Amino acid sequence: MRCKKCHEKAVIGLPRHNAAFCKPCFNEFVHDQVARAIKSERMFDPKDRILVAVSGGKDSLALWDILLKLGYRADALYVDLGIAGYSEKSCEKVERFADTVGKAHNASLLIHTVQEEEGAGIRELADLLHRPTCSACGTIKRYQFNRAAVEHDYDVMATGHNLDDEAARLLGNVLHWQDEYLDKQSPSLPASVEGFAKKVKPLYRLAEREIAAYAVLNRIDYIVEECPMAKGSKMLLYKEVLNRLETESPGTKQAFYWGFLEKQAKTQPAPASMAEKDQATLHPCATCGQPTTAEICSYCKMMARAKASTPH
Amino acid sequence: MKVQLSHPERQVDVKGPKRVRELLRDLNLIPEAHLVIRGDDLVTEDEMLKDDDVVEVRPVISGGSGSSGSFGLFRLFG
Repeated sequence: MRCKKCHEKAVIGLPRHNAAFCKPCFNEFVHDQVARAIKSERMFDPKDRILVAVSGGKDSLALWDILLKLGYRADALYVDLGIAGYSEKSCEKVERFADTVGKAHNASLLIHTVQEEEGAGIRELADLLHRPTCSACGTIKRYQFNRAAVEHDYDVMATGHNLDDEAARLLGNVLHWQDEYLDKQSPSLPASVEGFAKKVKPLYRLAEREIAAYAVLNRIDYIVEECPMAKGSKMLLYKEVLNRLETESPGTKQAFYWGFLEKQAKTQPAPASMAEKDQATLHPCATCGQPTTAEICSYCKMMARAKASTPH
Repeated sequence: MKVQLSHPERQVDVKGPKRVRELLRDLNLIPEAHLVIRGDDLVTEDEMLKDDDVVEVRPVISGGSGSSGSFGLFRLFG
């Protein structure tokens, strides 16, 4: 297989683009896809301060790497969830990356520890609440990242969600007709109310395999093993189904998710009216001040329930 | 050839020579969800692997929710 651009030996084939690339041309392709995502979705510009949510996995570390190499001012936040045997390893990967690539670009790493802040790790919290661990984890991470971005005055918060993540989430939402979530599936969500950070997903144009390849080719040392809590999750099943379709019919994932975004852009209200809708429904949580539609946000409710059910 | 696999971590012996595409098919693995690594390099699906090669077949899929959350990403605020 030869590189489509320079005809050197290719290191990766991309059936969905009917292309193959050598390492330098693949890096250029990846950087170009991210730059296109940032520009077309008006995610941020070079003067903005970006907070990248990092987990030690390939997506978030690749995102941090790409943003720094594209010349953006990007710091990172790692939330230590206290998953025995896993959080230590993933934190180490993040710290090592911060000490090498991050430091070389004058970027900083912030670390929040759930155990220190809430007195229990994610597994204990999920057990106390009788909730699936992935669901409790999602609530904690979203809360922590949003709060850190707002408190530290970042202009925007960036996550490593890729094309596979978004296509799988869309499939889940459509299969269950959870259409109330569809308007939040945009790769760029504005800071519609006070206390709400702008959120962007600069990797939405790249497949998970492409990001993993970028990490391997650029010697990004990431945690390969799966989170022990994720076993059997629906997201993994949806991703597998979509990848079977993709293998048989290259381009299926992008046709599904990008097609959805195009349709949504035609039918969805303008961002200004979305912001007005948010402003009408969201107000500060009575406990922590973060935006919520209820009196108390789900993070505070979750922690209050966990504290109430802790054996004395 | 020696083939290193993950989830769970194990090593299997596979008779070479064999193309990457055929190796994945024989192992019943989806090409879109895996990378094949020889030494420090990625190898494309048409590459021929020799009987004395050592390769890693690395899954690329991650995440329960950590990366995506339950389907409503911003349910927290609802």
